Amino acid sequence: MDDIFKSILAEAAGISVDHPLAAVLSGRSEVMRLTQNSHDAVLKPEPPGGLSHSERATLACRMARLNNEEILARYYDEMIPENGEMRVIADPAFDSPDDGRLKAILRHTDLVTMNPKHATDSDILALKSAGVLEADIVRLSELIAFVSYQVRLVKGLRLMMEAV
Amino acid sequence: MSEPITEFTTLIPLWKPRVTPVDLDKATEEQLEAMKVTPSDTGVGDYVLVLAHDPKTLKERTPLFNGIMYSHGGLARAETELGAVAASMVNRCIYCAAVHSNRYNQLTKDETVIESIFDSGEDAVLDLRQKAIFNFATKLSECPSEAGSEDMKQLIEAGLGMDEIFDLVLTASLFGWANRLMHVLGDPIPSC
Repeated sequence: MDDIFKSILAEAAGISVDHPLAAVLSGRSEVMRLTQNSHDAVLKPEPPGGLSHSERATLACRMARLNNEEILARYYDEMIPENGEMRVIADPAFDSPDDGRLKAILRHTDLVTMNPKHATDSDILALKSAGVLEADIVRLSELIAFVSYQVRLVKGLRLMMEAV
Repeated sequence: MSEPITEFTTLIPLWKPRVTPVDLDKATEEQLEAMKVTPSDTGVGDYVLVLAHDPKTLKERTPLFNGIMYSHGGLARAETELGAVAASMVNRCIYCAAVHSNRYNQLTKDETVIESIFDSGEDAVLDLRQKAIFNFATKLSECPSEAGSEDMKQLIEAGLGMDEIFDLVLTASLFGWANRLMHVLGDPIPSC
């Protein structure tokens, strides 16, 4: 059961097994375990489908930065392969790759991360037009949605820590 | 064809996918297994079939969702629903807001809270505890999050224990996830 304190979530929030909040986390250990499983499913699925592990880590890093979540951003940054040409994409200021597919993915990632309320049918059509397969649209959606969940969980836990 | 609903409502809409759902007859073993753990809800059949394009994530997400929304102890069910409504309003997910405001009303037998929230948002007429919960979930749902120590203090002063606050954090975060699927991958359309 101590495994949940080795998860990226507890680590990013800074909660160790001897912390006063440890019992609160342990009370939801199954949720914590499934959160870690979900992390593995969106970041490192085998087979990865049309979104490589490197692309997934890079996009996660970009999303963490869009949320001003530096600890998670560093964590995802370390997951990006050294020789990858992807690292530039982790910078939210970069939005114009030459590749049309990647450009559409970045635009969609930024929109749904920051302003999901503004997403419309045309945004899904834009991905399809750029050649992103439907299964990959769902994979991308789950990745964006999971990181959005994770950054809030970390921020919430941190606020709880400060209040104890 | 029905136009998508754009205003918040407690009437649960239908959901029209923007991505072709997996054909059940052609689903792989892995997809069937991932869909199996879903509670039967005819209204979201297409939703689960769309998510089945990524069975690995669906398989983990469904029990995670149920573990946060329907587990024992911690935050009361109605208050969990209130947190879900707050997040769904920030993300303007009409479908999720409808499902969870409807459940809130069923659980509390009081429609005035949701009415006031739909009419006035953060200026809604709420008691101290409802206000603290709605406010925190709303601010945590912004990007980047706007929740701060004052909002946390408000929860504690309203009498919430840390176990309840953790459930609220989980719920608001979970709808940061759910809304980004439901609102982005499909449209809410009138059910009749």
